[in-house]
Amino acid sequence: MKYAAKRILMLLATMAIVSFLTFLAFDLISGDQATAMLGTAATPEKLAALRAELGLDRPFLVRYGEWLFGFFAGDLGVSASYRQPVWTLISSKVLVTLCLSLLSFLLITAVSIPLGLLSTRWTGGPAAAAQTVFNQLCMAVPAFFTGILLSWIFGITLKWFVPGAFPGLSVDFTGSLRHLFFAAAAIAIPRIAMTVRMLRSTIFSELQKDYVRTAISRGNDRTAVLYRHVLKNALAPVVTFLAQTMAEIVAGSIVVEQVFAIPGLGRMLVSSIANRDCPVVEAIVVILAFWVVLSNTAADLIQQAVDPRLRLGGGA
Amino acid sequence: MKKRLLPLLLPAVLLCAVLSGCGDGSTEQAPETQAAANEVTVGIAQDLDNSLDPHKTVKAGTREVMFNVFEGLVKPTPNGDLIPAIAETYTVSDDHRTYTFQLRKDVQFHNGDTVTAEDVLYSIQRCADASETGIVPVEAFSVITDMSAPDEGTVVITIEEPSNEFVSYLTNPVIPADYDGQDTDPVGTGPFRFVSRAAQDNLVLEKFDGYWGTPAYLDRVTYKIMENTDGLLLSLQSGAIDICAHISTTQIPQLQEDFNIEEGTMNLVQALYLNNAEKPFDDVRVRQALCYAVDRQQILDLAFDGYGSLIGSSMYPAFGKYFDDSLTNYYSHDPEKAKALLAEAGFPDGFSMTITVPSNYQPHMDTAQVIVEQLKAVGVNAEIIPVEWESWVEDVYTGRQFQSTVVGVDASTMTARALLERFTSTAGNNFINYNSPLYDSLFVKAISSGGDEAQTEFYKEMEADLTKNAANVYIQDLADLVAVRKGLTGLQFYPIYVLDLSTIRYEN
Repeated sequence: MKYAAKRILMLLATMAIVSFLTFLAFDLISGDQATAMLGTAATPEKLAALRAELGLDRPFLVRYGEWLFGFFAGDLGVSASYRQPVWTLISSKVLVTLCLSLLSFLLITAVSIPLGLLSTRWTGGPAAAAQTVFNQLCMAVPAFFTGILLSWIFGITLKWFVPGAFPGLSVDFTGSLRHLFFAAAAIAIPRIAMTVRMLRSTIFSELQKDYVRTAISRGNDRTAVLYRHVLKNALAPVVTFLAQTMAEIVAGSIVVEQVFAIPGLGRMLVSSIANRDCPVVEAIVVILAFWVVLSNTAADLIQQAVDPRLRLGGGA
Repeated sequence: MKKRLLPLLLPAVLLCAVLSGCGDGSTEQAPETQAAANEVTVGIAQDLDNSLDPHKTVKAGTREVMFNVFEGLVKPTPNGDLIPAIAETYTVSDDHRTYTFQLRKDVQFHNGDTVTAEDVLYSIQRCADASETGIVPVEAFSVITDMSAPDEGTVVITIEEPSNEFVSYLTNPVIPADYDGQDTDPVGTGPFRFVSRAAQDNLVLEKFDGYWGTPAYLDRVTYKIMENTDGLLLSLQSGAIDICAHISTTQIPQLQEDFNIEEGTMNLVQALYLNNAEKPFDDVRVRQALCYAVDRQQILDLAFDGYGSLIGSSMYPAFGKYFDDSLTNYYSHDPEKAKALLAEAGFPDGFSMTITVPSNYQPHMDTAQVIVEQLKAVGVNAEIIPVEWESWVEDVYTGRQFQSTVVGVDASTMTARALLERFTSTAGNNFINYNSPLYDSLFVKAISSGGDEAQTEFYKEMEADLTKNAANVYIQDLADLVAVRKGLTGLQFYPIYVLDLSTIRYEN
């Protein structure tokens, strides 16, 4: 209980700090909603008038307080550029990004753990070298390029999906998932490579340990030792890494969403920053902060389940 | 042993199953079905991320799309003329001060209401007052002294002083007087009606069956927002997008198989705009030196594969009668002359300067890069400062805190005034701080002259004044390359930044 309370408190604190810093950043950079709205029709007089009307001329803390109050009252505000309530604007996008992130995460775990175990069989020779080279390659190629490559191979050449024609989750769910799958793959590939490498090295270092030698010398099968004892220990750092990946997936999705023309939160965030659309940016940033803290908490809980030793220290 | 691998491999196998399942049935999305449905998808590079209210639109990209939804009393034609739209006819009094418009009887708004004189008066008044938040005031409406509607179908407008250009401002969209949803659900009278918008995703228009004029050929148009150029190219190749304007020359080879590439002009005055109040550009000799130092043809060749039309003042060729071609080559590329002028101005060893460029506009960035290299030849050391568009608007355009900038300035209406008024010394949007008493007096003469011909002459003299004083280093009007899927026809170019979809149709 104490643990849960601590976690929730941390979640709230993180969200508050993140939202405050975002607000502050908006106050510091040049250009605001008024310049965004007026564009080249702007003159100093018109800007001043519009700022007064939008309430942008009031002190920074007053505006932040107002936003915070609205947020807790369940009102995310109205987008300055789209003139629509923020929630109507982003609700469908939250779902798209959630699907994309979960799909990527599923791909990463489902592919990298078996692959990582498999890779431990190659301990030397050309197979191991080839494995390393391929792994490095996958890590080095940026997601947007993988995205273009996947679109070209599976979209243009094989025609398994139509690049640029994302149907929308509510219109055609399976069709949308098919589209999202390739975007998820583009995000997942470099992360899979990283996870495989990490799992491989942690398993190798575990295999060097005394308990493994003892277990094998007692006549246990090597594979049985690997699955029964080594894997459990080797997974702990990987779980932490995967939790961090969760946050990185969202960051990676920004670029990939653009390549695949998927209407997700990433694109919305980037364009809203450019538009100085503070309410929308605030909402998205808070959602992302929530997401990151949540995945870290999940990682902690899983680690404690895997390794009971952590449970004692975890509550403190 | 093998058994234990199974639980781990199972998810992977499942994923493979999903993946192979993806292969089935994908042919149903082939582009052929779109042709049968008589609809097209248009790719646009920027989102319509502002109010859709036509009187609040400042972004050229939004105006380009909403041109299909809204109309004014008159509307432009591809060759730059104005034809009556909501008005059926109009007469001008002998003193050029009173305009009488007879409205068409059968013009309907997209919500089914009939357009009345009251709607017309409301629409003009709304832009004249601009009291509502976000409305972009139409300065030209400030000369209106009286507006009235003697009956349901007649509108009479009286203006202070005779003007030949007043009518061109009446392309200003007419909207219903008693409707307040324009921000998110716009209602106009155009050949297409607005259906929906999804932020950062798409905007859908449908043919308006109640349109008074020649109906649109297409039943439905979906604008798909594609900010990423690679994603855009893939979407064109995959069949997801049928029409896309403003493509870059490098994309042409990959598209020629499935698309016709049509070439028009962007209708922009692209220049190295110089802050005339900032040292050393307050010296006319320095500005002229830059004009001689820049090789405009080389810019076109290096950055635009030779596409684009050279200009020599704040006017582009599509404007027809206002364009003075003799100014185009007023400054020929001559680095020696540039050096001599710089020496005369007290900079025998050149100087350092900055060029602020909105970095989201690749053509302007490319142009600036070529200019930097060209200026090195005359000893001028230029540095590019890439900025976000919003910062550009705030610091450069509004704040006038810059030395030089490369951008394209467009005309919101089809008048020379729309391009030239901004350089009068007192204009609020004179961001280069141009100050020429002769120019100011010519402008006064131009707007008050009664005859069209005399007025055109004054405008041309203003253009010459800008050129001779080297207000800016004028470069070009960019080429507008439009990819249109083979089988589609009817694309027309306008002298303003719009894409008219009402004439687009499938062959056969």
